[in-house]
Amino acid sequence: MTAAVLHPARMWPGDLLKVGAVGLRTRPLRATLSALGIAIGIAAMVAVVGISASSRADLDRTLDALGTNLLTVGPGRTMFGADAQLPEESEAMVGRIGPVTAVAAVGRVSSARVYRTRLIPAAQSGGITTFAARIPLLATVGATLRSGTWLNDATARYPAVVLGASAANRLGIGHAGPDVRVLIGGVYFTVVGILEPVALAPELDPAALIGWAAAQSTLRFDGHPTTIYTRAAEAQVEAVRDVLGATANPRSPNEVEVSRPSDALPAKRAAGEAFTGLLLGLGAVALLVGGVGVANTMVISVLERRAEIGLRRSLGATRGQIRIQFLAESLLLSALGGVGGALLGAAVTAGYAMYQDWPPVTPAVALFGGVAATLVIGGLAGLYPALRAARLSPTEALAAT
Amino acid sequence: MISLTEVRKEYPGGVVALDGVSLEIGGGELVAIVGPSGSGKSTMLNMLGTLDRPTSGGVRIAGYDTARLSDAQLSALRARRIGFVFQQFHLSPGVSALENVADGLLYCGRRPAERRRRATAALERVGLGHRVRHRPSELSGGERQRVALARAVVGDPPLLLADEPTGSLDSAAGAGVMDLLLDLHAAGTTVVLITHDREIAERLPRRVHMRDGRMVQDSAAPPLAAVNARRALAGDRGGSTAIANERQAP
Ligand SMILES: Nc1ncnc2c1ncn2[C@@H]1O[C@H](COP(=O)(O)OP(=O)(O)OP(=O)(O)O)[C@@H](O)[C@H]1O
Ligand SMILES: [Mg+2]
Repeated sequence: MTAAVLHPARMWPGDLLKVGAVGLRTRPLRATLSALGIAIGIAAMVAVVGISASSRADLDRTLDALGTNLLTVGPGRTMFGADAQLPEESEAMVGRIGPVTAVAAVGRVSSARVYRTRLIPAAQSGGITTFAARIPLLATVGATLRSGTWLNDATARYPAVVLGASAANRLGIGHAGPDVRVLIGGVYFTVVGILEPVALAPELDPAALIGWAAAQSTLRFDGHPTTIYTRAAEAQVEAVRDVLGATANPRSPNEVEVSRPSDALPAKRAAGEAFTGLLLGLGAVALLVGGVGVANTMVISVLERRAEIGLRRSLGATRGQIRIQFLAESLLLSALGGVGGALLGAAVTAGYAMYQDWPPVTPAVALFGGVAATLVIGGLAGLYPALRAARLSPTEALAAT
Repeated sequence: MISLTEVRKEYPGGVVALDGVSLEIGGGELVAIVGPSGSGKSTMLNMLGTLDRPTSGGVRIAGYDTARLSDAQLSALRARRIGFVFQQFHLSPGVSALENVADGLLYCGRRPAERRRRATAALERVGLGHRVRHRPSELSGGERQRVALARAVVGDPPLLLADEPTGSLDSAAGAGVMDLLLDLHAAGTTVVLITHDREIAERLPRRVHMRDGRMVQDSAAPPLAAVNARRALAGDRGGSTAIANERQAP
């Protein structure tokens, strides 16, 4: 008696999917809960990556608006550790550098404390610094006014002051006007303007800015600049930076500190990066726990469904087809969590970015990477249960009830 | 259709469930396997259904020497040639009768539409054309077993194996299932069933009696064999007779 060689039939991909979804359909709550573990991990990681990408996008937008060609020159320290001074003529010298397009100095008027009224005791200084400021400062640092006007040639000679954003807050002054006055070094100054916060020169926020001439005439300002703000042609910024020290203080170039404030902005954001790393780590742990949850669900599923496995074997399922059924179930389970988590993470990113007024950015790499990671996890979590299911002998499996 | 030669099955732990059983079943036969509990009936049916391999001895099913077939090939043999009915039905609880029956063709490589069409026909054949959408929990015991029967025959297997198909049914429902098995036999299917029910067994053309892993009587055997079988039962281990189609335990 001869008979044709037997070959097990292949399963259609659609059937494979349907068979893999049997466990999910019959136990939806359990499936949802174990997918949730994965979803939380993926959501955390996608949100962390998305939020930091959105923050970076916002920074790029800010830098585009502010420009990255602002350089500042300040006095460093002498060889002996004392505070150095910039020469009086340093501002003019810096202005003579070819590619420098704008220059404006401020000079700290030490001992000139700022009060709203005479009634406040001298000990409560309020942390406001008085600076003598040159007229081009506003344009050079890219500051804008919240109220009133900036100093001009006329007001720079009279007791007129423009307050930085936080200085105005501290003094409780909401708007500028001819009748709004503050006491600086014992002299009444009229508040002619209030600045918005200055992103590239945050040291101006808690400052009272008065005209150079007024500072010298009324507050005995010594005329030494403490910070020189310059803008250079974009392509020449580095070259200008290299010569600024020697130009500002030819006699002791080492006593000059040159910096590029736009470099500090990413560094300031980077301070949050350690936190980001921590959150990513937490997300990874959540993902791992989720993977263990899926593995656990799969092991239980195989134990509970021994009779079903036996039946399928009697209907002609091969070991391979049983194996792939449970592997598919595990993959489906974690893919469900992965897709849900990626969507949730993107939603959290969008919500947080909207709240922070950032452009919401969820990198596609994070989304696809997240879903791919869940597939790897699902595969690993399902491997052992699937192998166990396939190893069951049909009679043993059928005997289980 | 089926030929067992000196089939022995020893379970780990030393239990000998089958102790040298030889049996021939021709195509289209209807055979009852009877015997006390623990005598090896289910073990023998598992051999016939290729769900388990013998410790020693030969099993030929539908022309295939099962010892030469791989596990995957045995699966293919079950998918195309053998239908099973179990005492516990083994229906999937969450899905309709139709889907349960259609699953009988899942591992044959048939397309879903064809599977559903044939499943509907099989359900009609067992008299459940009006219960197609019902879930197993919405069916009576007898109806459930008829769904299981429809699933077993949806692929028109030449061999149907049933392990106490009426074991958990009342006599009326059991009779309904038996009628269906008789119909299938009449239509040419080889049917082997295990039953504890004497009345049912008496109605069947051939009965194979098992005891302690041995075949002690085969009603289709000629008188000599029956005598030998009785002698074997009495403890006389006489020489084995090898009559084609009917063998007895040595
Ligand atoms: N998986 C197994 N491992 C060990 N021993 C087993 C196993 N399956 C069955 N046996 C033993 O083999 C013997 C035959 O069992 P089998 O299930 O074939 O009996 P049966 O005739 O079908 O009985 P019943 O009428 O109660 O169903 C019994 O003694 C049983 O204890
Ligand atoms: Mg049994």
